Amino acid sequence: MLIYLRKRIVSSALPLVVVIVGVFALARMTGNPASLYLPLNATQQMRDDFTARNGLDQPLLVQMADYFGGVFRLDFGQSLRTGQDAAAMALRAFPATLQLAATTMVLAVLLALVVGCWAALKPNGIADRISSFVSMAAASIPDFWLAIVGIWVFAITLGWLPTSGVSGASAWVLPIATLLLRPFGVLVQIVRGSMVSALSEPYIKLARSRGAGELRVVTHHALRNAAAPALTVAGDLTVGLVNGAVVVETIFGWPGIGKLMIDSILQRDFAVLQAAVLLTAVAIFALNILIDMGYALLDARVRPVTVKA
Amino acid sequence: MKTAAEQAPVKRSRAAEAPAASSEAKAHDVVLQVRDLAVDIRTHRGTVRAVNSVGFEARAGETLALLGESGCGKSMTAKALAGIMDPVCDLADGQIVLNGTDLAALSAKERLKFAGPGLGIVFQDALTALNPVYTVGTQLGEAFRIHRGLNARQARAEAIDLMKRVGIPEPESRVNSYPHQFSGGMRQRILIAMAVALNPRLLIADEPTTALDVTVQAQIMQLLRTLREEGQMAVILITHDLAVVAEEADSVAVMYAGNVVESGPVSEVFADPRHPYTKGLLESVPVHLERGAQLKSIPGSPPELHDIPAGCVYQSRCPLVQDICRAERPALRPVTSPVNDADAGTATANVPSGGPSRPARTAACHFSEEITNA
Repeated sequence: MLIYLRKRIVSSALPLVVVIVGVFALARMTGNPASLYLPLNATQQMRDDFTARNGLDQPLLVQMADYFGGVFRLDFGQSLRTGQDAAAMALRAFPATLQLAATTMVLAVLLALVVGCWAALKPNGIADRISSFVSMAAASIPDFWLAIVGIWVFAITLGWLPTSGVSGASAWVLPIATLLLRPFGVLVQIVRGSMVSALSEPYIKLARSRGAGELRVVTHHALRNAAAPALTVAGDLTVGLVNGAVVVETIFGWPGIGKLMIDSILQRDFAVLQAAVLLTAVAIFALNILIDMGYALLDARVRPVTVKA
Repeated sequence: MKTAAEQAPVKRSRAAEAPAASSEAKAHDVVLQVRDLAVDIRTHRGTVRAVNSVGFEARAGETLALLGESGCGKSMTAKALAGIMDPVCDLADGQIVLNGTDLAALSAKERLKFAGPGLGIVFQDALTALNPVYTVGTQLGEAFRIHRGLNARQARAEAIDLMKRVGIPEPESRVNSYPHQFSGGMRQRILIAMAVALNPRLLIADEPTTALDVTVQAQIMQLLRTLREEGQMAVILITHDLAVVAEEADSVAVMYAGNVVESGPVSEVFADPRHPYTKGLLESVPVHLERGAQLKSIPGSPPELHDIPAGCVYQSRCPLVQDICRAERPALRPVTSPVNDADAGTATANVPSGGPSRPARTAACHFSEEITNA
């Protein structure tokens, strides 16, 4: 297992380098931060000084080499805006995003398992039709629209929930509900599909012939077989949440990594943007490794081969 | 051998017992009586009858073969007996009397109590019949956990015992292996072990050797024979292999298009078939053929379940077909057998309670008395 992990980590290094190069180059296409950080009437001399002080006058390749040198010393540069360590800012914002994503995914997976299994028990039955309609709707509603409607109805009109911020438990309701719908809708359909096919397998019939009741057949025999596709998709959706909470975090003023990214793009705060993207990328690689380990846990057939004596 | 009539009182008293309690049986007792079994399938084109008024009996320590082409309703019958039909199938009619209890009359929940201790089933393809994500030990032990409430450790010990019983080497270490880590023959042994785990009175083996190569087939049949004798189980062997029937079975029920068309002791049915379908099947076995000679077969194919003809089910392929065959479906009736004339008079068809002293010879053909082996 350790050998396997080491292999995975080593093989993630190259894609990470590509990510950094890409973000580095793209960020610099947004323009010179000098025009944002200096007063409008700043002289050319002041602009040149600012540019030189931040190393932005160097050729792009030299800047990049400097940056990589820093990364290897775990020095990710400072924020132009606040002068703080960029990595520290990214790490400080990350937990808020992770908490939101993790809570959302746990809820989405649990709900989808229950609804998906329920639908799969009788394909084309009434439960199946209802859940198919609901999940399709849930997966199709755009999150930015839902977020705004949610704020309008529950925060402004009814006044039950705060419009934004992280003040207390009630502040979690709207962001989670907004983020939850799509993963829930998608996962219900995946769970339903793989449960229907698992339940029609001969080993299910054989389990019944040993006296296994409905509950045992579904939760013990079928679910574990049906779990792999759901795990794949859930992993993918989690990546989407970690990444794409940008919209929802911005709307709800959630101080997570998505909001930090948007802010640093708008401010041309390159070091912070790079640190945030790099951290997200590392998290996604880690998540993928966890998912692969999840497969191995579920199904012995995909475990790395161990030599038998 | 055939003195079950004298043992009738013994059999009746056992019928009242709980299924798990009766692990011993006297040889040749009737363990299972199936009467008028009918299974419907709901399809897009309406409901079709896949199994139609099928009746037979299985006796302790004996093997009954259900013989027929693919799609004739053999497996459907087996699944109906085991209570594991597909969701689109309904048990439309009939009785499945196992040791005096009519399984067909039970609710699904009550029936689960018989699944394992009452009867076990073995499928054709052992790879898909085993759950790929659990060790064979877990799956072998499951019956003990469900029906006897054993804990994981005790169930594992029982699983190891079972693996020994069916001849799997090194059971102590293999118990933790997964199905894909076994060969086809070993997987079939595991499947058989699962079916006999709780010493059922009836074992249904649905083409247990079809997916295996010939040498392994022989080993598996030998294992089934041994287990049948040890546990005095009644075995229902589903097959399309005439040689297997001839070798393994005591009696045979030949099925065609969801109906039993002929039944009786294998030796008599094979020596003197009384239904043109049975006769056709037997003639299609290549024996003593010259190189280059034409293989015999029955022309045509079984009717679609959607349009089973009104009269005899076999009319479209029968060489002897007459007007009456198209008008009237022949019932399964007792036939006399010149092979064993002395007993023939006592044979009665589709036995009510009590049971005959020996399996009845029956055939469903208007002309069964005229078919000769010539």
